[in-house]
Amino acid sequence: MKPVSSGGVRAALILATLGFLALFLFLPLVVVFTEALAKGIEAYALALVEPDALSAIRLTLTVAAIAVPVNLVFGVVAAWAITKFEFPGKSLLITLIDLPFSVSPVVAGLIYVLVFGAQGWLGPWLTEHDIQIVFAVPGIVLATVFVTFPFVARELIPLMLEQGSADEEAALSLGASGLQTFLRVTLPNVRWGLLYGVLLCNARAMGEFGAVSVVSGHLRGLTNTMPLHVEILYNEYNFVAAFAVASLLAALALLTLVLKSLVEARFHPHERRTGS
Amino acid sequence: MIRLEGITKTYGTYAALQGIDLSVRDGEFLALLGPSGSGKTTLLRIIAGLAFPDSGRVLFNGEDVTQLKVAQRKVGFVFQHYALFKHMTIADNVGFGLSVRSRRERPSAAAIRARAHELLELVQLAGLADRYPAQLSGGQRQRVALARALAVEPQMLLLDEPFGALDAKVRKTLRRWLRDLHRQMGLTSIFVTHDQEEALELADRIVVMDKGLIEQVGTAEQVYMEPASAFVSDFVGETNHLPGGFHVRPHDIEIVEGEGQPVRVENVFRKGGNWRIEGRHQALGQVIEFDLDAQRTPPLVGALVQVRPQRLKAFTGNPEDFHEHA
Ligand SMILES: Nc1ncnc2c1ncn2[C@@H]1O[C@H](COP(=O)(O)OP(=O)(O)OP(=O)(O)O)[C@@H](O)[C@H]1O
Ligand SMILES: [Mg+2]
Repeated sequence: MKPVSSGGVRAALILATLGFLALFLFLPLVVVFTEALAKGIEAYALALVEPDALSAIRLTLTVAAIAVPVNLVFGVVAAWAITKFEFPGKSLLITLIDLPFSVSPVVAGLIYVLVFGAQGWLGPWLTEHDIQIVFAVPGIVLATVFVTFPFVARELIPLMLEQGSADEEAALSLGASGLQTFLRVTLPNVRWGLLYGVLLCNARAMGEFGAVSVVSGHLRGLTNTMPLHVEILYNEYNFVAAFAVASLLAALALLTLVLKSLVEARFHPHERRTGS
Repeated sequence: MIRLEGITKTYGTYAALQGIDLSVRDGEFLALLGPSGSGKTTLLRIIAGLAFPDSGRVLFNGEDVTQLKVAQRKVGFVFQHYALFKHMTIADNVGFGLSVRSRRERPSAAAIRARAHELLELVQLAGLADRYPAQLSGGQRQRVALARALAVEPQMLLLDEPFGALDAKVRKTLRRWLRDLHRQMGLTSIFVTHDQEEALELADRIVVMDKGLIEQVGTAEQVYMEPASAFVSDFVGETNHLPGGFHVRPHDIEIVEGEGQPVRVENVFRKGGNWRIEGRHQALGQVIEFDLDAQRTPPLVGALVQVRPQRLKAFTGNPEDFHEHA
């Protein structure tokens, strides 16, 4: 290839990519923040401290605080089982882990309504025992857990497969117990991948709309998460408030990106196999 | 003493080990030698307790340990790719085995560190205690892996292709060093290799394996001079295959003056202290290889020389032996 022509191609490709990013990523971000601040910083702040907004923020944080640790544990356990052991039904389990990626979140939400709703399979039993899941916080948590459970496992499985089990066997041969081996060898070996998976999981847990929307019931101040709150405000033509809350979500996305690139910077130079 | 009785191991339908009986003496340096896929690693892992046989028994000093896990067998295992913990310093790697002991048996942090330094001195890496594995060369990593295995005072040392991933020069140095270390410590050691030179140089006895079976157990001299099967004769050292199941080594064929078997020289090259001559045996019609002391003048290509085999070995019943030696 001639350097001149390849230089031209390269410039064109880079320009196209940058143009695309500007149009679809940068521009919306700018719009979110300018709209949010359209009536000044005071209106912006007011929209955020208004009781329904505060309640939505609180609920979103609560849901993430439950869903992320649950999926952290589940992801580690699933990845560990899949990569270090042979058992029947393993490939089925791998397929099942991917399910939330291939099923529309709305369908996922509907499944919860069908199972736990008043008319659902468990509906009568739940009513009898005075437990409300759908159109309440437990349903939102369940839907979020479902939608976000592949993130950690998906991040860990290829990493753990690549690393094999020699390190673990070495630890065991040196007298370490299974738990010691896990805590002192396996976990440190995958720590950056794990952190990366948790970040993605958290971002999705806070941002999920579809599944949560189905099971939430949209009770203001009770079962509205931030994304749902944004939609309600927007439908009421309350643009400043809608974009103010949206700007928090956008800030979260930016923060995730920054953390993600920090993690990747650590991940790459250091975490290569030193064995061979 | 380690005793293996009737060890078999099958992966799916593939029989990786098909009945292994073996005794290893105390303090012995034993090599498991065989081609790729012959079951060496599988056997070593079964001795260690990293894998378990389908049938048969593993005995350490008369005690049945077949069902014991690796942690309870007190073996030091050195992995082919070292398996160093890359997030720990070299000193922490070496001290790992001591640091995971139960509170009652665990030495103090300072004592563990002191012991790690002692072992690093033994493997001549005293200055590298605070580095990370990624900052070491292959040969240095190998020695760290060895020090780490020795730190728990194992009753035996098991090494899987300890020099497999190193270049020829480092291999040689490390090989000699390991032999000296073994003489110094007298620890029963078993190492896996598919390099016959390595086995011949290091081991007190060599176990030659093929297709999940032991073909021969013996000293380097026995395995080389008295191969028990056509496979051993072929795998250990070089061999000409002659019709009728006869094997003859290149250095056992002599050029003679006068009456002999006529061979037409096709190629001559230097091989260490000898000339290696490839020539077509006129009566058999096949190419044979033989050696001539480099002090002497080699025959010219195309010349007809008379040779006589000094030591022939016959292996019967194996049709493979009739094939021409490539
Ligand atoms: N975990 C496993 N699952 C299935 N087959 C296996 C497994 N481990 C080993 N085998 C098979 O068993 C046979 C013996 O393997 P082993 O690793 O013991 O050979 P080896 O003599 O160490 O060979 P190499 O010199 O290549 O390391 C091989 O054919 C291999 O494919
Ligand atoms: Mg092997």
